[in-house]
Amino acid sequence: MGLKHKPNVKTGTTIAGLIYKDGVVIGADTRATGGSIVQVKDCDKVHYIADNIYACGAGTAADLHQVANMISAQIRLHSLNTGRKPKVATAATMARRHLFKYQGYISAYLIFGGCDDDGSHIVCVDANGFTRVEKFTSQGSGSLAALSVLSTRFKLNLEREEAMNIVTDSIAAGILNDMGSGGIVNLCVITRDKTQYLKHHRVVSSKGVMGDY
Amino acid sequence: MSIDEYNGCAIVAMVGKDCVALATDTRFGVQRSTITTDFQRVFQMGPRLFVAMSGLVTDAYTVSARLKYRLNLYELRENRPVSPSVFVSMVSNLLYERRFGPYFSTPVIAGLDPTSGKPFIAGFDCIGDPSIGSDFITDGTAGEQLMGMCETFWRPDLNK
Repeated sequence: MGLKHKPNVKTGTTIAGLIYKDGVVIGADTRATGGSIVQVKDCDKVHYIADNIYACGAGTAADLHQVANMISAQIRLHSLNTGRKPKVATAATMARRHLFKYQGYISAYLIFGGCDDDGSHIVCVDANGFTRVEKFTSQGSGSLAALSVLSTRFKLNLEREEAMNIVTDSIAAGILNDMGSGGIVNLCVITRDKTQYLKHHRVVSSKGVMGDY
Repeated sequence: MSIDEYNGCAIVAMVGKDCVALATDTRFGVQRSTITTDFQRVFQMGPRLFVAMSGLVTDAYTVSARLKYRLNLYELRENRPVSPSVFVSMVSNLLYERRFGPYFSTPVIAGLDPTSGKPFIAGFDCIGDPSIGSDFITDGTAGEQLMGMCETFWRPDLNK
């Protein structure tokens, strides 16, 4: 319909997350593409939702930016209203209700990860509103590459170092094998007491430098 | 022909040592015809804050006028100049309000932070996805050509 305009910036993306012994680890790459051009080489796809909840996003960049901010604001108000620490399920439900209303036209594929009073959770929300609760998951164009690493190496009750390595390697698999993903691995480790956002955790590919993978 | 190529333009913003640079072409054309060659695409939003609008000229004018309107109200209420990160949010929200019927114009911001003087550049897509640049932002129909040049020649701390 009408004249085509230049493609919206998409986060082609590899995002992944898993639950380990003490909490969750979620990770993302840093490439944002517009058509076949890399528009942003260092874009932040791990969105702050609450101190104990972060969401990785794949899909149209503007939609993710707006949805993540909106959920974050709503969660803050909800948390103040209820006087309780926010729950991952609440954030995921808010996202699900919003996205279903728009029937998939808001292209946001999210992996919510966090620790709340009910434990550690990874919840995947599709652009159509489909929601699933997982122990490990990946989304985006590089999700198959990431999932192959996750499926092979995931076990219950992993230690922190091992969990971080598995997520990093799964994002790296996406970065190396998927054209829509690239750059650096950003990780976020969330436990009951602490959240650590490790920006630029591992540089997988950078200009003019031969990688060691 | 795509709607972004109806008028056409070339825009680049770059960060240097304690400075920013913003450059545009000055052609105003309608498809293959050139109407004028002294056309302004850069709009001043503050003493050290400029916005260059790419794409369809009518939308470039509309967006910059509506942006200036919101900015003026902000500065009247807050009684201080806007900071770059707030301005980026303002632009992003203005464009996203038209998510399913977008403006065919994308702003490129270049300026200095009013308090710290730190250089600041940002680019957007037509629905407002903000990308804050640490090196350069290119836009317009010649955007890819400009990106090639910038990738080759840019290095940190270039003086003016």
